[in-house]
Amino acid sequence: MQSVCPYCAVGCGQRVYVKDEKVIQIEGDPDSPISRGRLCPKGSASEQLVNSPGRQTKVLYRAPRSTEWERLDLATAVEMVADRFIETRRRTWQQEDDQGRLLRRTMGIASLGGATLDNEENYLIKKLFTAAGAVQTENQARI
Amino acid sequence: MANADCIIIQGSNMAECHPVGYQWVAEAKARGAKVIHIDPRFTRTSAVSDKHIPIRAGSDVVLLGALINYVITNDLWFKEYVGAYTNAATLVHDDYRDAEDLGGLFSGFDPEKRAYDTSSWSYAEAEDGTIDDPGPGSEHGEDATARAAGHAYGSGGPPLEHAEVQRDDSLQDPRTVFQIVKRHYARYTAEMVRDMCGIDVADFEYLARAITENSGRDRTTCFAYAVGWTQHSLGAQFIRAAAILQLLLGNMGRPGGGIMALRGHASIQGSTDIPTLFNLLPGYLPMPSAGRHDSLGEYLEAVGSKQQKGYWADADAYTISLLKAWWGDAANEDNDWAYDYLPRLTGAHGTYETVMGMLEDEVEGYFLLGQNPAVGSAHGRMQRLGMSHLKWLVVRDLNLIESATWWKDGPEIESGELRTEDIETEVFFLPAATHVEKAGSFTQTQRLLQWRHQAVAPPGECQSELQFFFELGQRIREKLADSQDERDRPLLDLTWDYPVDEHGDPDAEAVLAEINGRHLAGPDAGEPLSAYTELRADGSTSAGCWIYTGVYADGFNHAANRKPGQEQGPAASEWGWAWPANRRILYNRASADPAGKPWSERKKYIWWDQEQGKWIGDDVPDFPLDRAPGSHPDPSVGGAAALSGDDPFIMQADGKGWLFAPKGLMDGPLPTHYEAQESPVANALYPQQQSPARLVFPRADNLSAPSAGTPGADVYPYVFTTYRLTEHHTAGGMSRWLPYLSELQPEMFCEVSPELAAERGLEPYGWATIISPRSAIEAKVLVTDRMRPLAVGGHTVHQIGLPYHWGVGSNAVVSGDAANDLLGVTLDPNVQIQESKVASCDIRPGRRPRGEQLLALVAEYQARAGLTTETGNRAVTDPTMED
Ligand code: SF4
Repeated sequence: MQSVCPYCAVGCGQRVYVKDEKVIQIEGDPDSPISRGRLCPKGSASEQLVNSPGRQTKVLYRAPRSTEWERLDLATAVEMVADRFIETRRRTWQQEDDQGRLLRRTMGIASLGGATLDNEENYLIKKLFTAAGAVQTENQARI
Repeated sequence: MANADCIIIQGSNMAECHPVGYQWVAEAKARGAKVIHIDPRFTRTSAVSDKHIPIRAGSDVVLLGALINYVITNDLWFKEYVGAYTNAATLVHDDYRDAEDLGGLFSGFDPEKRAYDTSSWSYAEAEDGTIDDPGPGSEHGEDATARAAGHAYGSGGPPLEHAEVQRDDSLQDPRTVFQIVKRHYARYTAEMVRDMCGIDVADFEYLARAITENSGRDRTTCFAYAVGWTQHSLGAQFIRAAAILQLLLGNMGRPGGGIMALRGHASIQGSTDIPTLFNLLPGYLPMPSAGRHDSLGEYLEAVGSKQQKGYWADADAYTISLLKAWWGDAANEDNDWAYDYLPRLTGAHGTYETVMGMLEDEVEGYFLLGQNPAVGSAHGRMQRLGMSHLKWLVVRDLNLIESATWWKDGPEIESGELRTEDIETEVFFLPAATHVEKAGSFTQTQRLLQWRHQAVAPPGECQSELQFFFELGQRIREKLADSQDERDRPLLDLTWDYPVDEHGDPDAEAVLAEINGRHLAGPDAGEPLSAYTELRADGSTSAGCWIYTGVYADGFNHAANRKPGQEQGPAASEWGWAWPANRRILYNRASADPAGKPWSERKKYIWWDQEQGKWIGDDVPDFPLDRAPGSHPDPSVGGAAALSGDDPFIMQADGKGWLFAPKGLMDGPLPTHYEAQESPVANALYPQQQSPARLVFPRADNLSAPSAGTPGADVYPYVFTTYRLTEHHTAGGMSRWLPYLSELQPEMFCEVSPELAAERGLEPYGWATIISPRSAIEAKVLVTDRMRPLAVGGHTVHQIGLPYHWGVGSNAVVSGDAANDLLGVTLDPNVQIQESKVASCDIRPGRRPRGEQLLALVAEYQARAGLTTETGNRAVTDPTMED
C-alpha cells in the first residue's frame, strides 16, 4: 500500500507491507519523485510507531484528585467529553463585547494539535470548533 | 533546490532535520553548486557543505542587511527584474521616517501601546494622499494603532485601497522604495557583521561573492530556513530580509531560486492552509475581529478591496463559498451568507495566551491532538501548571505522552509545587490511529498534497481524528437538537453528513471533495469545481478551502496521483497535487523577462508564446494565461483584470514584490536589527536594544534575564539555542516510545565548546546544570569543537546547544529534562511565535538539585540578578526617546 512518512514535512513516499491484517514492514517508495526510495531513521522506524509494545490502544480516564488511571469504554468517554464540551460552552459563552458588538464565542474551550494530522481531519476540527464558537484552536505552526 | 547554483542554508540544520530532502542539495552540489551553511553550531549540514560560517544566534538581520547593502553599493542588483517586478520605483509618503532617523524606531510608534500606527509607512498617492487600508474604517492615529494587529490579517498580501501608485522609474527620488532601502541598510557593513555576528570580514566577502556571482540571468541562488529563523521576537523580519535580498537579485519565481521554508511536521503546511490556528479561516482568510470586521462588507473590504490588483480582490468569492460549504442552505443572501455564524476575535488568542488563560481559570477544557506542549512548547512549567487549572483535558495520542501524565509524574510533582491528590483536572486519554490506519492527505513543505491509503484498521479503541471529531460533532448536535437558543444555530445548521464505513469511520475522500468545492447551481450543480477561478460570490459555488480547489477536479482524487517520478520531468506534476492549481513554483511569471522571454536558456521555465497568445512552459503558469507581457490595463478596473503584463506577484495588491512593506507588518516596514529579549550583547546599530513592538508578558512566572550593560546581566552570561536531531521528532511523542529511535539517541545532552568547558569546569560526558530565569535542567555534557566561541563587540560570546526532545515522565522508553523548560514567553508581534532560538543562561557542573531545592536554585539566581517583572521588558530602551 502506498503511504507517506508521518514525521517531517519532506513527505517521503512509503510502501506499507501488510500480512494477515498486520503491518509487517514499511519501506521507502522508489517511485516517489521527492524521496526516490529513501527514508531517514524516523521514517525507517515507523513500523514501530504502529506495532510498538508501549503503544496505548485503550481509553484511560483520570478522575479529579485521583492518583491512578482507570479504564473507560470509548462510547462512554466520547459521551462524557460531549457533555463537558456543551456544559463549558454554555458556562463560558460570550455573546457580545462591552460595546455590544457580536462575539458569539467561548474562551473556555481550546485545542492544540493538527500538524501531525490529515488535512481532512484539520478541516473537521476547524469546522466544528468554529461553529461552536471555540476560537482557540492552535497547532505546532504557532510554535 | 536541485536547480540552484548556490544554496544558503541559514536557520536550519537541513541535513539533520530534513535528511531525505537534503539529497537535492547534494545533487545540486554534485553538479557544482556552492552550498554554504550559516549557523551557530557546526552540524551535520555544515559537514556536507562547502563552507560553514558560524554566527551569533539572533544576529541574522545584521548579516542579511549587510548582504543587501553589498548588493546595492556594488551595483550588483538585477536591474531589469527589480525595476519591473518589485516596488523599488514606488513612492512612499513624505511622513515616513526611517529607523535610521529615530534611533531604531520607525515613525508612528506609541510607547504606551507598544505598537505602531503604520499609516505613515503608506505608499504616496497623487495629490499628497496616502494609499491606505481599504474600507471606510481607514484611519490614522489612535484607532489605527489599536487596530494594527498581526492576527487581523490573513496571510495573503495585505490589502490596499487601490493600486494607482506613484512611481519614479529612475529610482532617484529619495522617497522611492529603492532609495529608502539603500539608506536603511547603509550602516550594515562587513565590519558591523564582524562586530555583531562574529563573522570574519573574509568570510562575509566569500558569502557575498558566492551569492552575487550565482544570481542573475543565467544563475540562481536559493535560501533555505527552518525554525532557526521563525522562533525569534522578530522572526518574520528575518524572512523578510531574505526576501528583499532575493528580490534584489532576481531570485524569486525562478527555478533554483526562492526562499524554502523547511517545515518540521508531516502536515504542518496543511494545518496552516486548513488552519487549526486561531487567526485564520481556510485558505488564509482572516478570522473576523470584533470592531474591525463586524459586517461581511467590512470583512471583505479588509481582506482585499475590489480596486486593488490581483486575486485577493476576489476574496468575496472565496469567503462566501466557504460559508456555503459549512452552512449550506442556511447561508443565503438574506443573512449575509451566515457571516454572523462566525465567532469573533478580540485580540491575539494564540496558544501562549490560552495557557495564561488557563492559569486565570478562564479556560476549562483543552484538547491535545498529537501535540505534547508539556515538553514541546516554550516554558514547560507554565504549560503544565496551566493544565493543572483545567476542569477537563482530552489527550488524543498514540502514546502516554508527558502532557497526559504530568499530574502523576511531571516535574512539578517532584518539586512539590503540585500534589496529585489536589489536582482537580479530569483527564481523558483517547488512543489515536497511526498514519497507516486511516486514509487522508498530508500537505508537505512545498505545498504538495499526498494521499495516504489505509493499510490496516486501527487496533483496540484507537480512532482517527476524523472519526472522533465526526462522532463528537454528531453527539453534540444530537444533544442540542431541541435547542431554541440562537447560539446553537451554527452547530445545528452545520453541514455534518459524511458517508461512513463499517467501523463508522467517515470517508476522507468525501471530506476532500467538500474542501475542493462544487457547483451548487446551473447545469453542473453537484459537480466538483476544477479551479478557484470558478468560485463565485453569489452562492452558486461552495469550497471548504479555496486554495485547494482543483485537488478533486473531475471527481478524481489528484492528491493520490502516483505516476512514478522516473517517468516524468523535473516538475513531476503527476505525483500528488500542489496548491494552487497544481503549480510547483509560485510567481513563476517572474522566470521570464518583462517581454515574456526566458531570462536565459539555462533558467528557462515559463514564457509567453506569441503564436498561441498564452503563457506556456514546464509548470502551470502562475499568471492570467492570456495576459500579454506588454499589456497595461487600467489599474482602476481592479482584481486580476488590472494586472499588467509585468506584474508577476499576483497576490500582492500592486502586483509587485515588496522590498518595502507599506502594510501588513507590526514591527516595521523594513527588517531592522534588534537584539533578542535576552542578550549579552548591546545593539551596536541603534540605541534601541530589542524590537520595540515585540510582545512581552511581564509576569512573576515569566522573568527575563537583563540585557547587556544592565545590572545582573553577568548572572546569566551565556547564550543557549535549542534544536533537534534526526533520530527524534520534536517533543518525542512519536519517537521516544520507539525502541529503535530511543536507542539511537538515548539521553539529553548539551553541546559546549572546549573553552566554555574549561571556563566552567565541565567534564566531558559528565553532568551539567543549566539555569535560566525560568528553570534549571540537567544534561550530559558534550564538549566539542562544533561549538565555537565568537568574538562579538570586544567580548567572547559562548553559545550552548540544547536538543529539546526529552521530557520528564515515566512512560517513554527514554526520558530526560526538557530544554523548553528554560524558555520564557516573548513573542513576535506579527505571528505570535515565541523566541526560542536564543536566550540567556548559566551553566555549571553536576546534576541539578531535586525537590524544593530546584526551586530554591532558580530563585537564588533570580535574586542575584535582581530580576523583577520589569527587567528586560521596556518597549523603548532609551526613555528620553519616548516622545
Ligand atoms: S523519512 Fe525522514 S526525511 Fe523523509 S519525511 Fe520521514 S522524517 Fe522526513
